[in-house]
Amino acid sequence: MLTLLFDGVAYGMLLFILAVGLCVTMGLMNFINLAHGAFAMLGGYVTVVLMQRHGVPFLVCLPLAFLASALMGVLLERLLYRPLYKKPHLDQVLFSIGLAFMAVASADYWMGSQQQIMQLPDWLRGRTELFADTPFVLGMGHYRLFIIVVCAVLTVGLQYVLSATRFGSRLRASVDDARVASGLGINVNVVFAATFAVGSGLAGLGGALGAEVLGLDPTFPLKFMVYFLIVVAVGGTTSITGPLLAALLLGIADVAGKYYIPKLGAFIVYVLMIAILIWRPQGLFVRQGGKS
Amino acid sequence: MSAHASLLRSARWHPLELVFWVLAFAAPWVLSQHALIINEIAIVALFAVSLDLVLGYTGIVSLGHAAFLGFGAYSAALFAKHIHPDPLLGLVVGMVASTVLGAMCAWTIMRGSDLTRLMVTLGTALILLELANKFSDLTGGADGLQGVMMGPLLGQFEFDLMGQTSAWYSLSVLLVLFVLARRLVNAPLGATLKAVRDNRLRAMAIGIPVIARLAVVYTVAAGMAGAAGALMAQTTGFASLDVFAMDRSADVMLMLAIGGVGWLYGGIAGAVAFKLMYDVIANITPQYWTFWMGLFLVVLVLVGRERLIRPWTWWSAPARKEEAP
Amino acid sequence: MQKRFFLSALTVGVLASYIGTAAAQEKFKIGLILPMTGPFASTGKQIEAAARLYIAQNGDTVGGKKVELIIKDDTSAPDVTKRIAQELVVNEKVNVLAGFGLTPLAMATAPLATQSKTPMVVMAAATSSITQASPFIVRTSFTLPQAAVAMADWVPNNGIKKVVTLVSDYGPGIDAEKFFKDRLLFNGGEVLDTLRVPMRNPDFAPFLQKVRDLKPDAVFVFVPSGAGAALMKQFAERGMDKAGIKLIGTGDITDDDILNSMGDVANGVVTSHHYSASHNSPLNKKFVAAFEKANAGLRPNFMAVGGYDGMRVIYEAAKTTKGGSGEVLLNAMKGQLFESPRGPMFIDAQTRDVVHNIYIRKVEKVGGQLFNQEFDTIKDVKDPGKNK
Repeated sequence: MLTLLFDGVAYGMLLFILAVGLCVTMGLMNFINLAHGAFAMLGGYVTVVLMQRHGVPFLVCLPLAFLASALMGVLLERLLYRPLYKKPHLDQVLFSIGLAFMAVASADYWMGSQQQIMQLPDWLRGRTELFADTPFVLGMGHYRLFIIVVCAVLTVGLQYVLSATRFGSRLRASVDDARVASGLGINVNVVFAATFAVGSGLAGLGGALGAEVLGLDPTFPLKFMVYFLIVVAVGGTTSITGPLLAALLLGIADVAGKYYIPKLGAFIVYVLMIAILIWRPQGLFVRQGGKS
Repeated sequence: MSAHASLLRSARWHPLELVFWVLAFAAPWVLSQHALIINEIAIVALFAVSLDLVLGYTGIVSLGHAAFLGFGAYSAALFAKHIHPDPLLGLVVGMVASTVLGAMCAWTIMRGSDLTRLMVTLGTALILLELANKFSDLTGGADGLQGVMMGPLLGQFEFDLMGQTSAWYSLSVLLVLFVLARRLVNAPLGATLKAVRDNRLRAMAIGIPVIARLAVVYTVAAGMAGAAGALMAQTTGFASLDVFAMDRSADVMLMLAIGGVGWLYGGIAGAVAFKLMYDVIANITPQYWTFWMGLFLVVLVLVGRERLIRPWTWWSAPARKEEAP
Repeated sequence: MQKRFFLSALTVGVLASYIGTAAAQEKFKIGLILPMTGPFASTGKQIEAAARLYIAQNGDTVGGKKVELIIKDDTSAPDVTKRIAQELVVNEKVNVLAGFGLTPLAMATAPLATQSKTPMVVMAAATSSITQASPFIVRTSFTLPQAAVAMADWVPNNGIKKVVTLVSDYGPGIDAEKFFKDRLLFNGGEVLDTLRVPMRNPDFAPFLQKVRDLKPDAVFVFVPSGAGAALMKQFAERGMDKAGIKLIGTGDITDDDILNSMGDVANGVVTSHHYSASHNSPLNKKFVAAFEKANAGLRPNFMAVGGYDGMRVIYEAAKTTKGGSGEVLLNAMKGQLFESPRGPMFIDAQTRDVVHNIYIRKVEKVGGQLFNQEFDTIKDVKDPGKNK
């Protein structure tokens, strides 16, 4: 059972890294970006191509995946997203779905439709069992352990940036009220661009980490969009601890549900989500004074 | 002019509308080779119009409208298979079932932001999908419900291979429900819906029973979507899980966005445009049509949706329009 | 507001001007409906490539008529597939429908085949009951019971007594589970549990963990082609091989399409299937070489061979009937006996289903690449599902 918890936590942390960019973008720019999964997919494919065709070591690929997606994010933000900030949500949904379609078809064209398989380095392939032969056996796959560690470090880093740096306070100010923030002299455009870039970069990193666990094929953005949206909706868009806890909850519920009640596994997740949203429509964790 | 008079004026039938409907009904006869796709367009147009009631007129962002489509489809299919193969009875059963489901789900969309509603409606549709999968003895599970043999329509018209009977059947149901929706929207009730969409707080302040209105419109829209689902199951003789999938809800939302929300013909125009475009592109490139579709959507939004139907505005700067918050 | 009504009228007008050309010349038309997009797109690619290869090798004239191959994407939606098939039959007047990557799509189209008397060649879908859905359906792919029963016969003779089955929750998966379980119990083995994985599943981990906790000798797996890689990796990650659990299953989990990129984790996995790219026959070697040459080194898999043999069945029937259609064409398809890249096969005249050899294979490295090496053959396996 502890193993299940471990697996759920790993899955949840991965979802968090993938979705945190979306949360912040939605909270900050009030922009529903359903193409977020495409940035994750980009990171995944960059990693696969670098590892398989150029023999770049896995650890080096991770920051490269981050950079690739971040750069793409900056580019798209300036060119395409910026004119759309003031548009109604429906337009944004339409636009981002269109972008996602294009990404899916392009990936299919350039990389083929089959699942991409990564060969992990040996030191990530093992498995450690603690308390073996007891009911509290904790089996930890090394790769999942790696995911948890990386994501934990990133979370701490993000929280630090958000709460203890200048940029973080500018970001929080812009989230609360962009007009007043810009009136105070904060360059909101730069904040937007930087945030979008980091959010997309994190998605790319998540895609690279997740390719092994979640699989990677051209339909990735559409398949996982629902999960990202669940994390954002349940976690709220005004902090990052909210989405973190929401992602962990989602990960554990999904894994446990599939283990104990396989036929209804996914069902549990949706029911849980609806129940939480009806109980707390703004998400589980809403910061006082934040924009609703 | 007074509010009453302006409502009456917008409720009057414009001559072009009549032309449109005459053309629509002539289509399965004139373009008999395309009767099948006309049928498909009519069904999905009905679905889009029902979503328009909810999305365009009341401002409820729903990504799970397919829940009612699917529920209507399965109800009608199961009814035809196990109880009676008459299509009209099945249609009524499908509509009633979805209306009941809509009434039950209406309370879930009352609170929260756009995103909350998006997720709750999506979750509902996905839950129904999982349930349909679980009760596979009844629904056929992932393989779908087969063996749905429909009796002849009105005891006379068999569902033939050419698809003309199906097309006329779907078009008729579309027309009837469209007229119903039109009356709803142009009645004082419809005006209150628009008030709720534009500013809920103010609507409450002037005494409009917002919760009741939302429930009513959601239920009616659910019933219409159920009718579309029943038509789908009856004209194809089949019902399967993907009728609940997010793709269906997303597709119809796209159609509505293309055709124009807040305007009943928006659903129909969007359905026609979307399906035709898809068919044409898919014939050219069966594998990569999603790319061109995506490109079209991106360009559409960047250029501005209202300008799509006014080609002379394509090269001028977009008009500055203040959107209501 | 007026302009908006104009738009509606205009769109209908556009529709009117979009008049299809249904001039039926003397052509032999094949309507090939495949998953060209979506999660099963690799199936569509393989079958399309195989069909085109067959035409390239055998010419595009048959029975005195020119062959026209019309390829459509099924979008994985049964109602759309049925509508596309119906249009192909009514507008294009195809002589034969072919393809069908998933069971629900074939099932939805079956009544249409019966009503319009159009032969339907199923090249991919593998649920047993498909051929019973219409008397006009002929299958050239395979059925899961064929592979599952063969495996259940091999298992007891090779030191495996307790098995847990893990299958995807849809038609072929349920077929595989049922027939494997029944046969294994008949052979004296034990099935500890039957787990079903939902089709829309991103993570195999909880299911594999459950298998591990049950401590069987082996886990019998069926997942659709494409998901096998993820499963294999999870299997290794969970340390199941170290815990002494063997991985067995039908050949879908060691799909030739992606086998080579699975890496060492696939080494030694034993599966049962009707086709391996390394099948040792001159015809197969020629087929694989030609396929790889025409498709930038892509290795053909069992889907491709289903498409290739399907084309063969269609061509031969067209030759015999001089480009006929309907029941005449269907009868010419029944009873065809020939050598396929998979081995000998024939279309049973009674059941219209495929009868071929099932091989037990093991994944081994040959010449630096991973292949399914056949080491045991069960000859002329009929579909056990038909006896129910």
